[in-house]
Amino acid sequence: MKNRLLLLCGLLMASGTVLADGPRLPRELDKTWLEECGSCHIAFPPSMLTADNWRRMMGGLDKHFGANASLDADSAAKISAFLERNASSRGQRNASSTLRITDTSWFVHEHDEVSPATWRDPKVKSAANCAACHTDTDRGLYKERNIVMPVTRR
Amino acid sequence: MFRSIVMTLALAAGFAAGFATFPAHAETPRDMIAGYTQEAVRNQPGFAASAERGRTFFARKWNVTDKMPSCAACHGERPNAEGSHVITAKPIKPLAPAANPERFSSLAKVEKWFRRNCTEVVGRECSAAEKADFVQFLATAGGA
Ligand code: HEC
Ligand code: HEC
Ligand code: HEC
Repeated sequence: MKNRLLLLCGLLMASGTVLADGPRLPRELDKTWLEECGSCHIAFPPSMLTADNWRRMMGGLDKHFGANASLDADSAAKISAFLERNASSRGQRNASSTLRITDTSWFVHEHDEVSPATWRDPKVKSAANCAACHTDTDRGLYKERNIVMPVTRR
Repeated sequence: MFRSIVMTLALAAGFAAGFATFPAHAETPRDMIAGYTQEAVRNQPGFAASAERGRTFFARKWNVTDKMPSCAACHGERPNAEGSHVITAKPIKPLAPAANPERFSSLAKVEKWFRRNCTEVVGRECSAAEKADFVQFLATAGGA
């Protein structure tokens, strides 16, 4: 009986991690994507936005959040396919009308304990600078044990 | 003895793999300076690339946009040290080949970034003459 309970707990936990597809990097890592979308900032995991969000973003790379990220058509097509294939399946929680991950409801919820002063810290600069706090973004690890909060003394 | 053979084999395999990933015809800063100079001479007979003009261009504050006033804003004042993206704060590896041998080894990559960064910082594409000067400056900027 006790064993059964343990097994049940284990199963629940396992399904929990499967459902939480938010921050994980996909098993297939497209090289073109890593290089092109990881040059100005970290390569944000495709599962952080919806397929529709990525499609819209890829349609306007020349005006990309204040930067010119335009690409040749071949690379753009390859990257779009990769992003859409690995996009979030969680619907509204990962959808963003501004196309910013930092405006999705899950991001706001996960970060509701981060103070305004921390967001403005010169070492952070922008909420999109995930690597300022999450130290293992290149491996797609966003858990609490992979966080070191920056502190700037004045 | 056995170990050294294994080491040699491993090294040889490593080299072979290294060469295999290298582009068919290697592209170097020197090739790029020559190519851009050839293009520039068509409009400016007698043009020769100048590291000094390249340095001035690198540091010049165009102030076309608030966020991206100059090349040095992201690439750092010293091209053989690391820079930092003005908006995202992502570290950018040094631009000078002496400090980062991967630089100016792919014409396609160099053209892509000239196109993006010149339109943002200068407000237009860079001329062949400006590119020749820029690469000349970086190719001669010493190690760290
Ligand atoms: C030329 C530089 C550049 C390239 C290349 C680039 N980006 Fe960006 N990206 C930016 C900048 C600048 C921002 C705004 C960051 C900020 O506000 O902190 C941004 C923001 C983003 C954001 C929103 C982050 C947030 O939640 O605020 C996403 C998502 C994104 N980029 C995805 C991509 C993808 C996908 C690619 C590859 C197709 C790409 N980027 C390539 C410069 C770039
Ligand atoms: C100013 C520091 C900071 C920045 C910048 C930041 N985060 Fe976080 N993040 C945190 C903190 C603190 C938590 C909460 C940790 C906890 O309580 O588990 C968190 C939690 C998370 C979680 C949930 C982790 C878990 O499993 O509990 C994810 C996913 C995440 N952040 C992703 C991101 C992404 C993606 C970015 C960039 C677009 C980002 N964060 C930017 C500090 C930051
Ligand atoms: C907003 C930040 C920013 C500014 C300003 C900027 N760059 Fe860049 N530049 C980058 C990034 C990001 C990369 C690619 C990242 C990498 O390769 O490390 C890059 C790469 C390059 C490369 C590619 C070199 C190679 O072989 O890898 C060249 C050439 C270049 N920049 C020229 C310029 C010139 C010329 C200017 C000024 C007119 C300029 N940059 C201004 C961010 C910037």
